[in-house]
Amino acid sequence: MSEQKVHDWITKKVANDDVVLFMKGTRQFPQCGFSSQVVQILDYLGVEYAEVNVLDDLGVREGIKSFTNWPTIPQLYVKGEFVGGCDIIREMFQDGELQDLLTNKEISHNKQTLTA
Amino acid sequence: MGMEDTIREKLTEAFLPVSIDVVNDSHRHAGHAGSPGTGESHFRVTIVSGAFDGLSRVERHRLVNTALAAELSGPVHALAIKALAPDEAR
Repeated sequence: MSEQKVHDWITKKVANDDVVLFMKGTRQFPQCGFSSQVVQILDYLGVEYAEVNVLDDLGVREGIKSFTNWPTIPQLYVKGEFVGGCDIIREMFQDGELQDLLTNKEISHNKQTLTA
Repeated sequence: MGMEDTIREKLTEAFLPVSIDVVNDSHRHAGHAGSPGTGESHFRVTIVSGAFDGLSRVERHRLVNTALAAELSGPVHALAIKALAPDEAR
C-alpha cells in the first residue's frame, strides 16, 4: 500500500471505531512494554477498543507515525482524535484526566481511579 | 560522545531548560523483541522549561520529538518523556 492509501485506511479506522489503539502485538500478547501498559490501563477501565497490531503490516507501522506526526508506538485515538502515547496515557490515567476525556466523549468505562 | 550526552545537549540547546535529567534505560530492555542490544536504545527524559508553558501534553512531546528527530529515526528506539513547565515542577 502507498503511504496515502495507508493514511486513508487509518482515517477510516479511527472514524469507524470510537477507541483505537495502534500497538505492537495484540492485547493478549503485547510485544512491547509500552504497548502493554496502555492495554492494561484500557482493560482496567473496561474500555471497549479496537486494536491494530502494527507488526502485522510494515506500511501501517510507518504510516501511523507520519499520519499522527508521532514517532513512536503505541498511539491511542478516541473518537478520531489522537490522545497520546504511553507516557501521556499513563499520566492522564493517574491524574484522572483520561477518565474525564472518556466521559466527555461518551465512551463507556468504569469510573474507578487508582487508589493507593 | 554517548547518546545520553547527545540527547542532553540537543534538548538543552532547544529548550534552555531549568532542569534536565536524561537516564539511559537500555539495560532494562535488553533482549526483548525489537531491542537492538546496543545499550543506547532506550532513554527517559525529564525536562523542565518555560518553553512548555501553556502547551498540551501532545504539543510538548511533539516539540521534544522534533528536537530529537534524527536520533528517534535512527538508534533511539524508545524515549519516555516528562515535559513540565516551571510552575508545574515545584
